Amino acid sequence: MTAASVRRWAAPVVLGVVALAIWQAFVVGAGIKPYLLPSPTAIVEQLLLVVPLVWSAALATGMNVLVGLVVGAVVAILAAIVAARSRMADTLLSPTAAALSVMPIVALAPALNTMFGTTSTTPRRVVVSVVVFAPVFVNTLRGLRQVQPVHRDLLKAYAATPRQITRTVTIPGALPYLFTGLRIASSTAVIAAIVAEYFGGLQNGLGSRITSAASNSAYARAWAFVLGAILLGLVFYLATLALERAVARRQGG
Amino acid sequence: MNAVEARGVGKVFASRSGDVHALEGIDLTVAAGEFVSLIGPSGCGKSTLLRLIADLDTPTSGELTVFGKTPQQAREAQDYGIAFQQAGLLPWRTVTANVELPLELHGIGKAERATRAAELLSLVGLDEFAGHFPHQLSGGMQQRVAIARSLAERPSLLLMDEPFGALDEMTRERMQTELVRICAESGAAVVFVTHSIPEAVFLSQRVVVMSPRPGRISAVIPVNLGDERGEDLREDASFFAAVTAVREALHGTPVTARGVDLR
Ligand SMILES: Nc1ncnc2c1ncn2[C@@H]1O[C@H](COP(=O)(O)OP(=O)(O)OP(=O)(O)O)[C@@H](O)[C@H]1O
Ligand SMILES: [Mg+2]
Repeated sequence: MTAASVRRWAAPVVLGVVALAIWQAFVVGAGIKPYLLPSPTAIVEQLLLVVPLVWSAALATGMNVLVGLVVGAVVAILAAIVAARSRMADTLLSPTAAALSVMPIVALAPALNTMFGTTSTTPRRVVVSVVVFAPVFVNTLRGLRQVQPVHRDLLKAYAATPRQITRTVTIPGALPYLFTGLRIASSTAVIAAIVAEYFGGLQNGLGSRITSAASNSAYARAWAFVLGAILLGLVFYLATLALERAVARRQGG
Repeated sequence: MNAVEARGVGKVFASRSGDVHALEGIDLTVAAGEFVSLIGPSGCGKSTLLRLIADLDTPTSGELTVFGKTPQQAREAQDYGIAFQQAGLLPWRTVTANVELPLELHGIGKAERATRAAELLSLVGLDEFAGHFPHQLSGGMQQRVAIARSLAERPSLLLMDEPFGALDEMTRERMQTELVRICAESGAAVVFVTHSIPEAVFLSQRVVVMSPRPGRISAVIPVNLGDERGEDLREDASFFAAVTAVREALHGTPVTARGVDLR
């Protein structure tokens, strides 16, 4: 490992350790009640006890994120392709994307729960798809419109058909934008999946576990699930970031 | 049949701040197999004229034919190859894949594409970089890839917009010699835009001097340096005489050089 990469990793780790030490000292030293703020050691103790439970809850929530992300992204990409091709479709779809992007998920989740029934994962996945749609749509559309003039001239000079133009310049050029949209969407997708669980329904996800632990006064356990939620968010963020970087690197970015 | 024939060609760009007369009354004939250079100050419409011939823009006045056809028909028949002022490589394709692009678009098989691309890359001295991506190359190397690409289909007309602008002097002279050889072998006509007087003189049978606002042809200097243009020509008296003639035409002073056919 090079000195630069050590420094890059060391700084946040040291910061985290110092923060945890201060937290621990503060909770123990000031005698804070566990329902206000449990100490890090208490949380880790609980985490070790409930690891299998956190794991299965993270899997359940993660599955909702994944399905919602894929469905929302596919619909958004198709919509962006249509909008890039037809001005009329664009005037219909772009305001729709804007409306979806400001739609509060706290309002949407309970409504969908009554629509699909509380024993279904569908409402949660729909919520995720809805929040994913706008960032992916907007970024992909921008990418599809970003064809460099010199590339357009080149393909015209070679008398390329519209289909060939799409395949050789439009799509490859739009990919980095698409992956940027996906990365932005992935963080909000995890948040949406967890928040959607706060409104009843199945009790198998991280959000449901956090609310039920909190309402049973098992504060350290609630925090253990919060830790699981943070890790889940990181996994999705880092995975999409890696994809984005890989595509950008291939294109000389 | 002439490669290019322009009769009173003009191009006006309409813009918010008023019309721009990029070209006016251009009369130019380029015979099949002839090498013609366009030279002139920045903004005099050299690129615009090339784009009209390539059917990337349409003239607002006059008549323009390419091999007796409209520019559009010539473009659709793939009568010309083009190298732009910017290299214009596709950044997500390797050097080889960039050179193969025109062949791929026109349905040439994989094996034949690979052979041709290898041939072209060794021609421009880039065999070692076949698998690289454009961002791993210098500007001059990218420009050479673009030249290889323009030659891929052995076009009977080559349109080149300052293709050697980004090259160092040595590579530039080597590429010029190569281009003379390629044109002699393939019998392709060339319309070549450049800012370098010696380059125009070395390469061309005729040098077309243009002046700006509106873009016009101010002089056509025939250069008769023969078909055998080796490196020693660059130090020949007839070469310097032609350079002087073009320079004086460019600067608007009377042409008095000896050894140049002034017709
Ligand atoms: N698409 C366009 N819209 C408006 N004006 C244009 C357009 N393209 C070119 N022009 C104008 O036409 C004139 C000629 O431009 P052109 O690019 O042909 O010059 P050039 O001789 O190639 O210059 P350079 O040597 O700098 O490349 C310029 O004044 C330019 O501003
Ligand atoms: Mg130009």
